[in-house]
Amino acid sequence: MASNKKPGPGGAARTAAGGHPLKIAIVDESPIRAAILEEGLHDAGHGDVVRIADMTDLLTRIYAVDPDVILIDLENPSRDILEQMLQMSRAVRRPVAMFVDQSDTASIQAAVDAGVSAYSVGGLKKEGVKHILDLCISRFNAFARLQSELERTKTVLEERKIIDRAKGILMKAKSMTEANAYALMRRTAMNEKKKIVEIAQSVITTAELLK
Amino acid sequence: MSGPVKLRIGFIPLADAAALIVAADKDFAAGEGLDVELVREVSWSNVRDKLNIGLFDAAHLLAPVAIASSLGLGHVKVPILAPFNLGLNGNAITVSPGLHAAIAAAADGDIADPKVSSCALARVVRERRKAGKDPLTFGMTFPFSTHNYQLRFWMAAGDVDPDEDLRLVVLPPPYMVESLASGHVDAFCVGAPWNSVAVDLGIGHILHFVSEILARAAEKVLAVRSQWVADNPGVLERLVRAHTGAAAYVEDPANRDEVAAILSAPNRIGVAAEVIRRTLDGRLKISPSGAVRASDRYLLIGRAGDARPDPTQAAWLYAQMVRWGQAPMSAALLAAAKAVFRPDLYDAALGGGHGLPAGEPADGIGAFAGPAFDPDNIAAHLAIWPIRRGD
Repeated sequence: MASNKKPGPGGAARTAAGGHPLKIAIVDESPIRAAILEEGLHDAGHGDVVRIADMTDLLTRIYAVDPDVILIDLENPSRDILEQMLQMSRAVRRPVAMFVDQSDTASIQAAVDAGVSAYSVGGLKKEGVKHILDLCISRFNAFARLQSELERTKTVLEERKIIDRAKGILMKAKSMTEANAYALMRRTAMNEKKKIVEIAQSVITTAELLK
Repeated sequence: MSGPVKLRIGFIPLADAAALIVAADKDFAAGEGLDVELVREVSWSNVRDKLNIGLFDAAHLLAPVAIASSLGLGHVKVPILAPFNLGLNGNAITVSPGLHAAIAAAADGDIADPKVSSCALARVVRERRKAGKDPLTFGMTFPFSTHNYQLRFWMAAGDVDPDEDLRLVVLPPPYMVESLASGHVDAFCVGAPWNSVAVDLGIGHILHFVSEILARAAEKVLAVRSQWVADNPGVLERLVRAHTGAAAYVEDPANRDEVAAILSAPNRIGVAAEVIRRTLDGRLKISPSGAVRASDRYLLIGRAGDARPDPTQAAWLYAQMVRWGQAPMSAALLAAAKAVFRPDLYDAALGGGHGLPAGEPADGIGAFAGPAFDPDNIAAHLAIWPIRRGD
């Protein structure tokens, strides 16, 4: 358990070995996700967050920022550039891949599934970085959920538009009511074991061919 | 009979993924009862991590990364096996027009000779230092990469210290060309097709095929976790047979147009088929003026013996890790590195053992400088070179 001196769960994560507030660099080309991540880190008490969106000369940028923790999106090819930092024989502050700890494969799995990777620089305690990584994993997952919901909404809207157009075509061509046009497409879809949007699309295609 | 075995295999869009892609897209894998899903990745770190944690059953992997993972260098230690070479050689060193002119001006002979070019590079480096200019920057693809070791071997033979005299930076292959154009790097070593892309854009000259530096260098391997091999008896043999068929198909000039078209698909390599064809043929435009260099050793995929893993190659790569301070020197690590390359698994799948084919370098490496490589005496290999970091 955390001692009373500590500011609460995860509190130990907020300062680096030297006692200064943790500086966190987010390397992400998606400004929305980086913002969501930054907000989460702020809420957890990490005020010193720097976003890096431009990948040109990334190492120089990172050295200039001099972060304690680097977070990077797994879809970013520049991850390999960070791996070089692990190898630099003469670097004073040498980062360590979060994944180096052999025992914690569950953590690696969760991070890879979520699409984020973390590197700690200098003498950071493992628990501190793990706390940050866990937070990032949940934020990355939240972002992915948001994105898939958005996609789903978009698809539903598109499908509704297609069905509406097909209904209009049937109503005009067969002098049907809207309800009957919809019922006809639904019945056809069920008979042919297809989705109603597929039937609607073929109605539109046929109508265009017969124009 | 149960249905086909489902496998997920990760790859990086490069020409030496050819056998992997053709195996999956041309039914060689299906013929062995394997249902392969290829997953295109953006970084070697991702390929390594996803293979290590079991998200991939197998992967197109840099040969040195397979060794580094097995030895636990720089990352999680996960024993990896390489039963099949997807490609030998295939990289090239491309330099900016400015650096090309400087090397040519400083050269004492034909710069197509790596002995001449590396000594010329040393002169260019010294002149720049005298003139107070920034050190040159060379791009390569990964700390544990053949590109890194090939560049270092070449320049150090000409008395250029790759850590003191210039900067070596990691760049993802798709960023190489842009970085050369913007002047962020002066040169790079990368696999196909990126060298040709730079030449076609008029911003680079191919200085060397790496086959001029090392005649025979394991480049990418088909990598699997050794635990996966134990958990899936019999599947590895089928994987090796499928890739043997695919590699031979890639090798046959009669199939090259079709293979180049398959590889050029947007979800595979995503580069014009014509550029990929040049790579497979080993006929590359090396300068914006149109000069062509051809070599039957440029990229080796499916000739006899190309795909059979050779522990000597693993020993050479481990020796470079020691030379450049990435790994400590030990007999146990050397043995572990050699054990990553598994000719026995290759032979078991195909039946019968095979040595190196005729015409290959006697020591299995064929370096342009230094004595023959002895895989059992790394210390002797290292002692020759004055420029080194470790041991």
